[in-house]
Amino acid sequence: MDLKLHVWRQKDASDPGSMVEYQAKDVSPDMSFLEMLDVVNESLVQKGEEPIAFDHDCREGICGACGMMINGVAHGPQRGTTTCQLHMRHFNDGDVVYIEPWRSGAFPVLKDLMVDRGAFDRIIQAGGYISVNTGSAPDANEIPVPKQAADTAFEAAACIGCGACVAQCPNGAAQLFTSAKVSHLGLMPQGQPERWRRVRGMVAQMEEEAFGSCSNHLECEAVCPKEISVDFIARMNRDYIKATFKGDDS
Amino acid sequence: MQWMIEIYRSAMFKKVVMAVTGLMLFGFVIGHVAGNLKIYQGKYVDGIHQGEYKLDVYAEGLRELGAPVLGHGQALWIARIGLLLAVALHIWSAYQLTLVNRRGRPQAYQKVTPQASTYASRTMRWGGVIILFFIVYHILHLTTGSVHQSFEAGQVFHNVVRGFSNPLVSGFYILANLALGLHLYHGIWSLFQSLGLNGQRFNDLRHKIAVAFALIISLTNISFPVAVLTGVVHL
Amino acid sequence: MVLDAKIPSGSIATVWDEHRFQMKLVNPANKRKFDIIIVGTGLAGASAAATMAELGYNVKAFCFQDSPRRAHSIAAQGGINAAKNYQNDGDSIYRLFYDTVKGGDYRSREANVYRLAEVSVNIIDQCAAQGVPFAREYGGLLDNRSFGGAQVSRTFYARGQTGQQLLLGAYQALARQIEAGKVTMYPRTEMLDVVNIDGHARGIVTRNLVDGKIETHAGDAVVLATGGYGNVFYLSTNAMGSNVTAAWRAYRRGAFFANPCYTQIHPTCIPVSGEYQSKLTLMSESLRNDGRIWVPEKAGDSRAPNQIPESERDYYLERKYPSFGNLVPRDVASRNAKEVCDQGRGVGPGGLGVYLDFADAIARLGKDTVSARYGNLFEMYEKITGEDPYEVPMRIYPAVHYTMGGLWVDYHLMTTVPGLYAIGEANFSDHGANRLGASALMQGLADGYFILPYTIGDYLAKRMGDKVTTEHPAFAKVQAEVEQRIASLLAINGNRTVDSFHRELGKIMWEHCGMARNKEGLEKAIQLIGDLRQQYWSDVRVLGQSGNVNQDLEKAGRVADFLELAELMCRDALHREESCGGHFRTEHQTPEGEAKRDDENFSYVGAWQHGDGKATLHKEDLDFEYVKLTQRSYK
Repeated sequence: MDLKLHVWRQKDASDPGSMVEYQAKDVSPDMSFLEMLDVVNESLVQKGEEPIAFDHDCREGICGACGMMINGVAHGPQRGTTTCQLHMRHFNDGDVVYIEPWRSGAFPVLKDLMVDRGAFDRIIQAGGYISVNTGSAPDANEIPVPKQAADTAFEAAACIGCGACVAQCPNGAAQLFTSAKVSHLGLMPQGQPERWRRVRGMVAQMEEEAFGSCSNHLECEAVCPKEISVDFIARMNRDYIKATFKGDDS
Repeated sequence: MQWMIEIYRSAMFKKVVMAVTGLMLFGFVIGHVAGNLKIYQGKYVDGIHQGEYKLDVYAEGLRELGAPVLGHGQALWIARIGLLLAVALHIWSAYQLTLVNRRGRPQAYQKVTPQASTYASRTMRWGGVIILFFIVYHILHLTTGSVHQSFEAGQVFHNVVRGFSNPLVSGFYILANLALGLHLYHGIWSLFQSLGLNGQRFNDLRHKIAVAFALIISLTNISFPVAVLTGVVHL
Repeated sequence: MVLDAKIPSGSIATVWDEHRFQMKLVNPANKRKFDIIIVGTGLAGASAAATMAELGYNVKAFCFQDSPRRAHSIAAQGGINAAKNYQNDGDSIYRLFYDTVKGGDYRSREANVYRLAEVSVNIIDQCAAQGVPFAREYGGLLDNRSFGGAQVSRTFYARGQTGQQLLLGAYQALARQIEAGKVTMYPRTEMLDVVNIDGHARGIVTRNLVDGKIETHAGDAVVLATGGYGNVFYLSTNAMGSNVTAAWRAYRRGAFFANPCYTQIHPTCIPVSGEYQSKLTLMSESLRNDGRIWVPEKAGDSRAPNQIPESERDYYLERKYPSFGNLVPRDVASRNAKEVCDQGRGVGPGGLGVYLDFADAIARLGKDTVSARYGNLFEMYEKITGEDPYEVPMRIYPAVHYTMGGLWVDYHLMTTVPGLYAIGEANFSDHGANRLGASALMQGLADGYFILPYTIGDYLAKRMGDKVTTEHPAFAKVQAEVEQRIASLLAINGNRTVDSFHRELGKIMWEHCGMARNKEGLEKAIQLIGDLRQQYWSDVRVLGQSGNVNQDLEKAGRVADFLELAELMCRDALHREESCGGHFRTEHQTPEGEAKRDDENFSYVGAWQHGDGKATLHKEDLDFEYVKLTQRSYK
């Protein structure tokens, strides 16, 4: 099949950038979306044009590096799927495809479709961990974890940090990402000692970064490749309200 | 006091303010609608209020709330001040959050395809503005009477029926209440999220509660002008 | 040179304990005077960085990804082994040690493997305390499963995403130290060379992948945790960015490269669908528990699978290995798949695939049971291929998955360059010629959390007060070399893309240095690789400049190093005149087609030293005091 692509091209962070039109010819339905872009890039290099820059690494949907807005949807039309796992059989001959980078105040564009998601790392650094030095841990079976808690914690922990939630949110908010880590650790018995401190720290950092706030549109949940539930946002809000009034003594 | 400054600055806290004031205003709207239903009850046929409209008596009764501790109309004014404060805080947090959200998405996409957001959720801001204009008009129309053509103090039933006989006025009321319905639908559901009121068994119910209240309130309110225009309710 | 692994003497069961006492310690107040450079932030790198920072060292950590959370450890699915014996099924440290040495086809160092088994139990404790959401029983205790044909249930797991959860645990520990100011993190930064001063590793040269700046960093020790080199095959299950550059640059600066030919090929990957294919996706080996592998009896049979009657199917594994059937080890399953495809009986596009059929399992167990066991894998398969495995048999084909070889390290995980360490998949140490399932995560975390932080102290304690800064002329010299290399890549401006060279290299390697190798093929490959390398340096086309994001330039540098490594792999494979683990020489097999080891002549680690003309081989003899050497048989 042949496609017409409109791709955001931007030389670097200071360049204003613009949409550029490309033809993707002889696209096989078995290609992944990124492989389709690989082919376009090879042809660009042959023509002496600089290839389109985009982040990607594992190409099996787990590292969270890839991600772009495809026709106005983060990671494209297939639910629960990262861009690298989206295959071209979901497109038709002659389709026009708009490809844009994640956009949020907190995700400045570095080049083309590549953005800086360092804000996510800083949110984790603000408390998204359990303070346990290597070697100081008790036997792993000393603290039982109810299976239900472990399972729900896992669902939150499945977050790959790709940023689709922020990209799709009309406000560019990072609530789903932040709440997933707050909930993962807050659900585990091991995470209890720092539970209140953690939610305060992580929320404060989230708000310091240029993310928007949550209007409960649920767009994030709809595009999350790991289908993480907005229930975790409510859970974080609850913990945050409690933590705000509890203060530092707990 | 540091922590108070911190929460004052926090957008999450503003969402809490939004939810709590929203809940207060929602409570008021329910009470208001319930009271308005008296319009369908006509006049007292006997007793001390014989011949008076039940709506008028009810409205007058509101002024006596809190007696004998409070004087005539004082409770009403306390409620009015409370509501005014709630409205002000609701608007303030909306304004502040709008600024935060603009910062969150400084550059728009060329193409956006909404996946889960609703018409209601996307129109909260402008719906809110319409509702604000409506409230101002509504007060000038039926509380102070400044924009009413034949306003008579204390004659609530009369004022309502006369007011709604004008199709333009009724039209605006109907439109505003449709906006209110949408605003309430997303607002009620949303406040559960913002206040962290969720739970596995309760989650599905939250949407149903929101739909039910939004429908009841807006349809009941819309029924008043419709009833007047169709002659079901008349002087 | 005599390779001394510096294995302390003593009983294997107590030697690590005793040695920890004998090693020198760095005074707590002095630790903050040492700067440690750690390159790579996967399981090994992140855990090492976090632990060393907790101990008080100043750590500089580097990764080429945009965040340490993206390292390829994240893709490991199955689980992590530990000799906890929670299941009371007879597991022990000694059994895990024994199984690992045996599984490595007797080409690993006993003392290292024993230590690995020993610390495996601490890893689980550490990860559980970090909040890793391992699978649990209803009683709240940890669940285990048996994995990769192990006789005991010693594998801990978090659904099919164990690697992700363990990496996030280590990443979070690292994040805590970044916040504490003990680790300075350099994401989107690629290491391009090592700087040695007076024979000791004292720093690195890096390129900032955003603004292209070439920078130098000095330290008291350099740790490479840069993963494996499976991408030399172009198509592998590795992440697109996985590369050998850091290890290769270290090799060129004097670190020996050990056993480069040991490559693990995983039998259950999704086959290639076309020339544009950029990577291969692994599916859990557990599929072979219930799926039956077959190909059409006749070559060139192009009928749809369900059109082929039972009598015209060849369930070749069941036929050849009646007792193990479809559950033969990875290398045997892989080799047999290649064999039937070479006979023209392969299925799917290009004839490179065999069927993995669940029809019998569905008939026997019901669709629900099959879905409960493999539902997520079936979904993944359908996402990629567009075929529904409940209706049509899956197609699978082997793919390069893990490289056992790597930088040679001694018992302290130090390479032949003093002060330069290699941990995780980047070193060669623990898996011998073949790695057991669920052992890669174990080794990465063992090295990072529990081994390197001790052993590095022994080196540092002797080097108090010997500081260098990047002002030292050695840094400027190496930096100039790096800049020169980048400039020459950009200056070629030829006709072929970097990917087209990489793809061609991959084909040569897969053909001649893949699942089965022989003298003739390897010699041919060496010839072809040499030609390709020459062509590369005269005809590659890299656009843009070095001064900003330039992904083609990044790839170009990596492929240039792969082109050198590939030759060394072939030379290593050529010299090793035996078959063992992931190295199968067709000249050396039993009459049944089994790998035939030559313990008499090849029971050693082959470590290569870089030289201008040609690499030189050094041998580290392997002594087996505890494990009895046997020949495998799966008949």
